Amino acid sequence: MAETILAPRVDPVEPGSWRTAARRRAGTPRGRGAAGRARFRLVGGIGLLVALVLAAVLGPWLGGLDDRLIDYTAVRLAPSLAHPFGTDDAGRDLLLRSLAGLRVSLLVAVLCAGISTVLGAVVGALSGAVGGWTDRLLMRLVDTVNAVPHLLLGIVIVALYRGSLWAVVASIALTHWTTVARIVRAEVLSLRQRPFIDAAISGGASRRRVLRRHLLPAVVPQAAMSAVLLLPHAVWHETALSFLGLGLPPHLASLGNILGDGRDAVLLGAWWIVVFPSALLVAATLAVSGIASVWRDRLVPRRRSELAL
Amino acid sequence: MTVGAPSRKRAILGLAGRRLAFAVPVLVIVSAAMFALGAASPFDPIYQYYGVGVFTASAADIARVRAQLGLDDSVVVQFGRWAGDLLTGDLGDSRSLRQPVAEVITERLPWTLLLVSVGLGIAVLVALVLGVVTAWRQGGWLDRIVTALAQAIEGIPAFVLALGAIALFALGLGWLPVAGLTDAGGDVSVGQVARHLVLPATVLGVSQSPWLLLHVRQSLLGALAEDHVTGARARGLTEPAVVLRHALPTALLPFVTLLGARVPELVTGAVLVEVVFSWPGVAAAIVQAALAVDYPLLATLTLFATAAVLLGSLLADVAAALLDPRVATDG
Repeated sequence: MAETILAPRVDPVEPGSWRTAARRRAGTPRGRGAAGRARFRLVGGIGLLVALVLAAVLGPWLGGLDDRLIDYTAVRLAPSLAHPFGTDDAGRDLLLRSLAGLRVSLLVAVLCAGISTVLGAVVGALSGAVGGWTDRLLMRLVDTVNAVPHLLLGIVIVALYRGSLWAVVASIALTHWTTVARIVRAEVLSLRQRPFIDAAISGGASRRRVLRRHLLPAVVPQAAMSAVLLLPHAVWHETALSFLGLGLPPHLASLGNILGDGRDAVLLGAWWIVVFPSALLVAATLAVSGIASVWRDRLVPRRRSELAL
Repeated sequence: MTVGAPSRKRAILGLAGRRLAFAVPVLVIVSAAMFALGAASPFDPIYQYYGVGVFTASAADIARVRAQLGLDDSVVVQFGRWAGDLLTGDLGDSRSLRQPVAEVITERLPWTLLLVSVGLGIAVLVALVLGVVTAWRQGGWLDRIVTALAQAIEGIPAFVLALGAIALFALGLGWLPVAGLTDAGGDVSVGQVARHLVLPATVLGVSQSPWLLLHVRQSLLGALAEDHVTGARARGLTEPAVVLRHALPTALLPFVTLLGARVPELVTGAVLVEVVFSWPGVAAAIVQAALAVDYPLLATLTLFATAAVLLGSLLADVAAALLDPRVATDG
């Protein structure tokens, strides 16, 4: 007993203590479990997302069916073989309508994520690379935008420019670039300390060249990841706006519009009008965030501990 | 540290002062930006005033109303008038609810505060209890179930949860009322409101809890690995004492800041929950105002929400500085 107490504490991770926790655990049962879960999240997420995107893109083409076909003899039918998801208030087939809605929602989400990532990356890179007053002003701007609850700012923008896809896209993109800006700024600040930037500067590269040729390419992985992380958020945002009646025009079937219409249907007992579209919504969200979380763990292993689940 | 104590207090006051000073330009910029958005919008408030009647109203009448509403002045003049009124306490009139904005707020704010505080209370309670249990039994079946559920709920929008809760508890089981503050035509009494509050507050709490829960779990896991906790274990303290008295206090310090930073999500959640449950609060009024393009109400409520966010982060920072002497006060 005494020996074990007095024995010098040998840290089992000593030779490789610089290695990430995931590396250290690789090969142990715990590590295998974590790796297995990560693989499940990645493969499952990609599989689910591919299936959903294929269904959303190809679904309306197969069989030449029309999701806008109104049939008042088939109002609010429960799920059956003819209508796997049932039908809605106007007798439209909910499966086709949900797939069309998924397509619209995904399209809006990709647009929003793209725009806000570019905007955020430009602001963040400028802020980090130029520093000084530019940095302070831009970061105060980020704080200011963040001080307004995003849904409210979105509601204000959509209310004043009602009824178009672009109003919704703008309202989401203009509220979500701040996260990307912060991430890119932090990344640029850390990159600025690296030798290759010093080398470029001593080689006589201009500020502009350093920014464009050395800093921006280096932040691309981070920016791309935040774009993917923004996707579920943008889907959620669009759905919430449309649900409130402030989003896409009613003729465009988006998941939010379908759910908004289904609100009253629930009171009539037509649960399928809400259950199936929201299941699609949740599946899409979980697939994207599953992929993004694995990607983030690989890109920034340090942060794994914060998110290990 | 006896020398440091008063200066620490002064530093915290200084922090609060600086944050308040920062809040002023933020509010000015937000209101100016919203006004600019409104001015650039293709929407003409005259349509809101008249409704369909605008097509039959005579040009002279329209011109008179425009002058009355002050729509002919330049944007800067209009903004100056609106901001000046705001500072003197005159919040203007809501065009869609046809009553002063101040009245709308005093009538509706208490209901929103009630809903949000009960919802937040539920969320914090759930997050603390389940967060502690899952961190304590990390890797166990309870931990796996709870964290998986939390992830799933995090992915479900609050309004879907709300619809599901209505379908299940109000329509399916018939335990609770569907929506509203009281039964149709009923008086506002404690019992009525309490019965109608259960579903919206629970939905708000449940939709807010996953994020808090995962943070409590994560920060408690970190705290359990710290030296002072190992020390407490080595002294032979019981497991509850180790976890609750030694690890939890360290783990909860960041939680205070997290709660303060959670105000925007609370506002968002309140908007969605109030709309689904027809709860007569300010958050639902925002949506009504937006649907009717009721600019004075929309702008004022958004400004109020922004002030609430700033106040939340200020209070959280002050609380964190008071609770933890290591927190820097120069930020």
